[in-house]
Amino acid sequence: MKFKLGTLFVMFLLFNCNNSIKSEGDLSIVKIDESQKKIELSTLDFDGLEPYLNKQDDQVYVINFWATWCAPCVKELPVFEKIHKDYNKNVKVILVSLDFPKQYETKLIPFIKENNLQSEIIVLNDMDSNSWIPKVSEDWSGAIPSTLIYSKNKRKFYEKSFNYNELKTEVQQFLN
Amino acid sequence: MKLLKIGMVLIAILTFAAFTYSDNSGYKVGDIAADFNLESVDGKMVSLTNYLEAKGFIVVFTCNTCPYAIAYEDRIIALNKKYASQGYPVIAIMPNSTTASPGDNMEAMKARAKAKGFTFPYLMDKGQNVYPEYGASKTPHVYVLQKTKKGNQVKYIGAIDDNYQHPESVNQKYVENAVDALLEGKPIKEEHTRAIGCTIKV
Repeated sequence: MKFKLGTLFVMFLLFNCNNSIKSEGDLSIVKIDESQKKIELSTLDFDGLEPYLNKQDDQVYVINFWATWCAPCVKELPVFEKIHKDYNKNVKVILVSLDFPKQYETKLIPFIKENNLQSEIIVLNDMDSNSWIPKVSEDWSGAIPSTLIYSKNKRKFYEKSFNYNELKTEVQQFLN
Repeated sequence: MKLLKIGMVLIAILTFAAFTYSDNSGYKVGDIAADFNLESVDGKMVSLTNYLEAKGFIVVFTCNTCPYAIAYEDRIIALNKKYASQGYPVIAIMPNSTTASPGDNMEAMKARAKAKGFTFPYLMDKGQNVYPEYGASKTPHVYVLQKTKKGNQVKYIGAIDDNYQHPESVNQKYVENAVDALLEGKPIKEEHTRAIGCTIKV
């Protein structure tokens, strides 16, 4: 019986496969295939995120707190993407999304795809913000966009938006 | 000529000093909050001094467009319902620049207040002078004030509660705890809390 089920399953796969070959060139099918390129979000609570804020290697870490619903955050994302690209060797950019869980599938993942974001993305879902915000920085009121830049022996927090030159200047300070 | 130079240096120093000073402003718990005179969605001007009977205020910096502010709308309405009659009315202030955030203009504010049935004034910080004075950085951002002989004293700064996503799963109702403590004449356990919010648009 098990064998029979297995055969059926294989036949089902073959049938499906045939079907998709037949449909090749059909725009709507191509679209579906595109959307099946899965983006695996890594969703963490603050305990999970904390190690990313305290690495002790020789890199400079740029941790940006953002969300798709935050207009000034979305506006400055290309700046962080460019830093990721231009300083690929020495600087690691991590984009920490504070999107709402119910919008991961409907907003966040489509946004990441559409904008083809290259930096590492972590999704933070931790309700108890009153306890974790000061652990990121005592200076943080909780407004986003906000950015933490750190290296082994230096650490700075910014509750503000960046343009490219401003962020570059700050990152340079950590590289020198 | 020399005098002119010295004068210029002095002006530069004073300007610098003024900027550095204002940079670090914003109220701490215990400070006396300044009054304001801002237009509400019904066209009337509102000041704290208008409220002769009030024992204090729940001042909420909020807006139409921030998802966090929207998530808290019903809870802000509930706060006013519960505490206005006990002497602590809600005063909502929209701090964003309407050029930067057109969805927060007066027409949109009126529409939102009407649709949600706001029972409290919803004021526009038109010159954007009030929120920096308070030190608000985001929406929503709450200041609980208590009327004292010296003026309206800041008693609590921060979040409404500890769960923006699920009102039913809230563990700590920070603002309610603060106002309840004031009403009972007890010390406030948590005078300052933090939450994620949308930066105020300038």
